[in-house]
Amino acid sequence: MTVIINSKPAIKEVVADLESRSASETTGSSRIAHSIRKQGSYIWYILSSNSVSLIAFTLFILLVLLAILGPLIVPYNPLATSAVDALKSPSWSHWFGTDQLGRDVLSRVIIATRLDLLISVTAVAISFVFGSLIGAVAGYFGGWFDKVSGRFIDTIMAFPLFVLAMGIVAALGNTVENIVYATAIINLPFYARVARAEVNIRRDAGFVHAAKLSGNSDFRVLAFHIYPNTLPPMMVQASLNMGWAILNAAGLSFIGLGVRPPTAEWGIMVAEGANFIVSGEWWLAFFPGIALMLAVFTFNLLGDCLRDIVDPRQRT
Amino acid sequence: MDRRKFIKTAGMTALGASVLPFLKFSSATAAPSGSAVVVIGQTINSLDIHRKGTNRPSYQIAVNCYDRLLSFGTKKMDDGSLSYDYSKLEADLAESWETTADGKSIIFKLRENAVFSDGSPVTANDVKWSLDRAVSLGGFPAVQMKAGSLIKPEQFVVINEKTFQIDLIRPSKLTLPDLAVPVPMIINSKVAKANSTTDDPWATEYLHRNPAGSGAYKVARWDPGQQLVYERNDKWTSGSLPGVKRVVVREVPSGATRRALIERGDVDISFGVSDKDARELSGRDDLSVVSTPIENCIYCLCPNLSFTPFKDKLVRQAVAFALPYEEIFKLAAYGQGVPMWGASDNSPKDTSWPQPFPYANNIEKAQELLSRTDYKKGFEVPLSINLGLSSWMEPTALLIQEGLAKIGIKATIEKIPGANWRTAALVEKKLPLHLENFGGWLNYPDYYFFWAYIKGHLFNSSNYDNPEVKQLVDETLHMEINDPVYSDKVKRLIKIAFDDVPRIPLWQPTLNSVMSQDLSGYEYWFHRQLDARKYNKGKG
Amino acid sequence: MMYPQSRVGTVVRRLGQALPVLFGVILATFVLTRALPGDPAAFFAGPAADEKSIAEIRKALGLDRPLPEQFLVYLRDLSRGELGTSISTGQPVSEELIRRLPASLELTFLALLISMIIAVPLGILAAINPGKLIDHICRILTTAGVSLPTFFTGLGLVFIFYYILGWAPAPLGRLDFAYLPPPHVTGFYLIDGAFAAEWDTVYAALSQLMLPCVTLALFTLAPIARMTRASMIQVLSSDFIRTARAAGLTNYTVLIKYAFRNALLPLVTTLGMVFSFTLGANVLVEKVFAWPGIGSYAVEALVVADYAAVQGFVLSMAIIFLILNLIIDILYTFIDPRIELGN
Repeated sequence: MTVIINSKPAIKEVVADLESRSASETTGSSRIAHSIRKQGSYIWYILSSNSVSLIAFTLFILLVLLAILGPLIVPYNPLATSAVDALKSPSWSHWFGTDQLGRDVLSRVIIATRLDLLISVTAVAISFVFGSLIGAVAGYFGGWFDKVSGRFIDTIMAFPLFVLAMGIVAALGNTVENIVYATAIINLPFYARVARAEVNIRRDAGFVHAAKLSGNSDFRVLAFHIYPNTLPPMMVQASLNMGWAILNAAGLSFIGLGVRPPTAEWGIMVAEGANFIVSGEWWLAFFPGIALMLAVFTFNLLGDCLRDIVDPRQRT
Repeated sequence: MDRRKFIKTAGMTALGASVLPFLKFSSATAAPSGSAVVVIGQTINSLDIHRKGTNRPSYQIAVNCYDRLLSFGTKKMDDGSLSYDYSKLEADLAESWETTADGKSIIFKLRENAVFSDGSPVTANDVKWSLDRAVSLGGFPAVQMKAGSLIKPEQFVVINEKTFQIDLIRPSKLTLPDLAVPVPMIINSKVAKANSTTDDPWATEYLHRNPAGSGAYKVARWDPGQQLVYERNDKWTSGSLPGVKRVVVREVPSGATRRALIERGDVDISFGVSDKDARELSGRDDLSVVSTPIENCIYCLCPNLSFTPFKDKLVRQAVAFALPYEEIFKLAAYGQGVPMWGASDNSPKDTSWPQPFPYANNIEKAQELLSRTDYKKGFEVPLSINLGLSSWMEPTALLIQEGLAKIGIKATIEKIPGANWRTAALVEKKLPLHLENFGGWLNYPDYYFFWAYIKGHLFNSSNYDNPEVKQLVDETLHMEINDPVYSDKVKRLIKIAFDDVPRIPLWQPTLNSVMSQDLSGYEYWFHRQLDARKYNKGKG
Repeated sequence: MMYPQSRVGTVVRRLGQALPVLFGVILATFVLTRALPGDPAAFFAGPAADEKSIAEIRKALGLDRPLPEQFLVYLRDLSRGELGTSISTGQPVSEELIRRLPASLELTFLALLISMIIAVPLGILAAINPGKLIDHICRILTTAGVSLPTFFTGLGLVFIFYYILGWAPAPLGRLDFAYLPPPHVTGFYLIDGAFAAEWDTVYAALSQLMLPCVTLALFTLAPIARMTRASMIQVLSSDFIRTARAAGLTNYTVLIKYAFRNALLPLVTTLGMVFSFTLGANVLVEKVFAWPGIGSYAVEALVVADYAAVQGFVLSMAIIFLILNLIIDILYTFIDPRIELGN
């Protein structure tokens, strides 16, 4: 959601920010490498000076580790049912309790990390790539493509987004891929708009003229001189976006359009567990909910840190 | 100026508003006295059962606001709860009925004092108009009427003001009970005709919103998607007046919310609760839980014979032996219902239906059976469930998936949205392996077999085809049950079902409702919808 | 971004842009609904219907005709203002939408109000003290709010405030049984109740509104607080604020009169986006609280492939979205001093 909501002001923010910086931007790969080195030391500076950022990065690494090592460290088979162990509250043998089929909630929460990260990363990556591509071309060349893609993006945004996602998943079937596509489509407008604004504003910048005069084609100028400059602000939004991708999957699960059982996924676990809250089996929704919250939280904090790194002015 | 007054005069600032409403609210006064509040999970989409697209929860209007020619009696179940009595046909708008000597017609005498809610008398013309409508509008009402061999308006004859005759196309034991199901309700034809148009001779648009019946209740208010309010029809003549003046039916989609409401005592009855809630709330002092096994209904696993491996009877039997019945019953049904597995004998002892099948969880046996087929190494098959019924279908499917994996059958679970389910499972019959929940309104085994075991019939989603079954059903369907050959033929049917298992029964489900101790008169009906006619509030 | 010189120009230009978008939405919705797996004819035919009666109904509903033809028929009906009849509720779609829209709007407006009252001061405080404790608290609170699925928060609140504590009224939609809706004027129970001076009803409606509102408000805190903080920081670091401070203006004057007013611009945009998003996201909250809004209507319709209802819903939402954007554009001209007020 953050994506969509923030889009317009974010554009302005970014635009204003670029105006102030574009003067100092130059072209050429050596400068980019240099700036990466500079950014590297800057990242360390941010991390060491800001405890929140440190927490965010620690949590992020923890999530990645869980995703990689999950199957090795789970105490139980996350799919194995057991009639005797059904709906047991948290205990020493089952730290997070068991679900209505006697499956260990802890194991399911851990094993779900990989899928959830996969869903969010893929969904965001798709909308990032296609969105920025459409936006960059529209922003650089303008003309009919700009107009058509602009209306196309407006059309997506005019849809009630969650219902659009629902419709897509309902129409294509509730598989992981389709959930990813649906999430990617409803996120697309943001990236397209930001990319368009960013490219548009640099189109006539001095360094672009210089690149063109030295014989670069339009395509080269766009791909190697302008486009890289649009990446940082979009990276920020991407990290914020990832959390939302998981929430989106959770919402879809709540109305029965989540991933296919018996696959463990936080969203569907919260969605199904939520119905057990009133009858007292709080652990079913609580623990995956906490995991979900932690992941979204991590991504959001990470987004804030990235913003700090990209845009020092926001830190004051 | 005290705080509350300040808030009120200040036009309720949002901050105050966010805190204050919690302080004053008292739920005890919520429902006006003499009324009962019911919550249901689904939504009522029409007040006319004959209309196309009318959903199941809407059938309750036909029950509460209309009468029929006949009705069923009431019996007490073993647990003290009330149930309709299929074996006892009673008068409703008809005071007496008899079959003519030649056995080709039934003559009904209408009750002299019977009036519609607007005070006009119920006449044979109304009955004819109503039954004509039920067979003429097509769709579900026509199908249900046809089950009772009632297919065309020519069968319905007005003799005089208070005498009505049905000409039979064949003598059938199903005709009379079929007149007591919700569909052949008697409509006030004068009102309906006054609101009909040339495009809409049966007044479907009018009756869709305005019931015109003689039933125990009138609809005082209908807010589609929210609530329906019944108000007692004080002119009701077909029974003693309901004890509750107003019945408010609220639609609350979230099961968790419904449970919270009944537990907190804010509603009088939660109709159709989940097996889990029924089990867990049954121990409470302030609530009573009624769970009634649904007659003639079985939850079963259906292997589709159009899927090659399931053509082999041994494969179907292997599947039936691989299912973890106990676990399914415990985890998916929370022990609510009647087990349909574990019969010791391969032949049925009697004609009772449904009855347990001679299968149980026995992996060795399943493996042995499978090893005698072409599918020794197992196979892959999608296991389809209805999204709308996932509360029991999903855990069941997961356990079946586990059980089948043990004999090398790899099942992947497909959730199918409710709207598509009917098309895929019942109309196109293309789901290779799926869960099914058919139950017949008319309580005879042959009626169940008619719908579920004959090629091409709607609920035979397994595409099962057996000429002997077809012939046995043809013979028994209209036969009286006291016919000397009836019992043997039905036993033969059940025996074939045991052996061929095109449908693998899991359990017979229950209809559960939770109500406050205050409310009495809850009665189970085969149509599984709310019947408020005997409700009473207050002890006794 | 370019702004035209007159407000009328803005409106006309935006309307011109809206038309292709509207057509795009209509077309996309049409294609999407037809791609839904359900068969409305089979659904409409009801239980125990056979293939023949389903085919009859398909013909009656016009679903046997080729898709382009169906689309033209749909366009023709739309141009006459007909949205069709929902097959699942049996009611005309336009009637349903008119009845349900106020329920969703009332919920959304109130939720946003609550959210703003908390988020805007929080964002300003965080912006004044970046990196300090209050900034971190703001960040953690708002992020936590947005990290939880709304249905989870909703059910949690029902569990605590209704089930355990008994403070909140039964989550039974817009009004308790004891009350009848106030005479219809706007469809907003709070406003209609106030018109009719039925204060008890207003009170009852308000108490029903509280839990779903808080649920939604929690979810919308984050974007509003974030945007307030970001734009305030940006404004506070700008030259004119430094000048104002240097000129010796009081802290309050600088903050509210100069800084906040300038920070309002992106905030209004955010609000517009949050509003339209929340209206769509109501779907899940409405389900938990049995709220008779358009969100729950859309979900039900989608699940049963109720073409007319889904199309009507999406179309009305798109129109609301476009109108909202128009209003925001016009608001800009009031807030942003750089935009001329017409020649």
